[in-house]
Amino acid sequence: MLKGKDIVSISDLSEREMQRIFSVARDMIPIAEGKEKSELLRGSILATLFFEPSTRTRLSFESAMHRLGGSVIGFSNPASTSLSKGETLADTIRTVNSYSDVIVVRHPLEGAARLAAEFAENPVINAGDGAGQHPTQTLLDIFTMLQEFGHVDGLKISLIGDLRYGRTVHSLAVALSYLGADVHLISPRTLKMPKHVIREMHHEPEIHERIDDVLRDSDVFYVTRIQKERFPDPAEYAKVANSYTITRKMTEEMKKEAIIMHPLPRVTEIEPEVDYTPRARYFKQAFYGVPVRMAILALVLGAIE
Amino acid sequence: MNEQTLKVQKIKNGIVIDHIPCGMALKVLKILGIEGDRGSTVTMAMHVNGKNGPKDIVKIEDRNLDEREIDKIALIAPSATVNIVENYEVVKKHRVHVPMQIKGIVKCMNPKCITNQREPVESEFTVLSEEPLILKCRYCGREMKQKDVIESII
Ligand SMILES: [Zn+2]
Repeated sequence: MLKGKDIVSISDLSEREMQRIFSVARDMIPIAEGKEKSELLRGSILATLFFEPSTRTRLSFESAMHRLGGSVIGFSNPASTSLSKGETLADTIRTVNSYSDVIVVRHPLEGAARLAAEFAENPVINAGDGAGQHPTQTLLDIFTMLQEFGHVDGLKISLIGDLRYGRTVHSLAVALSYLGADVHLISPRTLKMPKHVIREMHHEPEIHERIDDVLRDSDVFYVTRIQKERFPDPAEYAKVANSYTITRKMTEEMKKEAIIMHPLPRVTEIEPEVDYTPRARYFKQAFYGVPVRMAILALVLGAIE
Repeated sequence: MNEQTLKVQKIKNGIVIDHIPCGMALKVLKILGIEGDRGSTVTMAMHVNGKNGPKDIVKIEDRNLDEREIDKIALIAPSATVNIVENYEVVKKHRVHVPMQIKGIVKCMNPKCITNQREPVESEFTVLSEEPLILKCRYCGREMKQKDVIESII
């Protein structure tokens, strides 16, 4: 179903294709945990082209490929390679395409992954291209919710923090609304979700300014990082960061089955004490990135139908 | 000679672009690259009272339009009609229409868009809405309104 397919934006995938990825990802869990061995992608080469650093995403893809018996080539510091010295992205992609079977690309410029997909014959997977599209992150976020609750429709999901610049949260909000979730948006007034994203959603989300408004009845708290650079005034940043922090005390008021997610790395948005509560799910979420990426690699390479 | 014919005086050969939204005639000339002191004779009438309210009219002698130019006109003057005149007669008349896919004629306004780099690609937009005009970059996803589009026609 997905053989040869580029995954540039979450909207490139139908709901059926997403469900296929999730069902394969579920089967991949024991292999991702190292409990079972696999040679499914033996002889296949993944190229990871990271034109800007994102250690977590790169390691997660590389782990996924190695767990399935495949090999990895690539770079994570373009400054040290000759590839980047004045060469166009199109030329780099054409070259690397001939060295590998699938390409994962991360690039600071918006739309770079779409361009890469046009110049590569092999499948291209977008690992973030500045435009906020980071489809494998969106998939692993949804997969985490499915693993926890068995479904996404009807869940009350609160997206918290920087909803304006924290752009992977944009495609997540749109995807969740199409899957029937009850999406709530909680952010400081200056970091609200842009109107064009809300327009794309299947139905109007509810908008709040305080976590307290959703604290007692959310199923999922999806927390994002509020970056200091967004605030010219450090005092203002401190104030905002403080009022959008999940504390241990807050977790006591949450529903018993509620979970807290975060795409990581976190700074101050979640108190370290929260890690030891039964609500914390962000490390599990990061782990799920591996089986989800294993599923994507196996499917686009045609090793699994 | 009535007032109307005076304003829309006949030309021998060339094109007449009629039903341009009021005030847009100068923009039409600009995207057709007619701004210098030489070339075709151009007559322009602005704020002419037409059947459907005021409009602008542009006439350019001894000039033809290619498809790309007609598409550009559609983006800034979607109500316009283009009349081709040969030997004082209108031999062809067509309404412009906004194409579904807009390739290479508008520059993406997002400076961080990959199409604004030294890459071997043309810009490309999908039309989200014709009226009001909203284009979406196929690469970076940035949406552009008519006001932005007018500033960005290549
Ligand atoms: Zn663009």
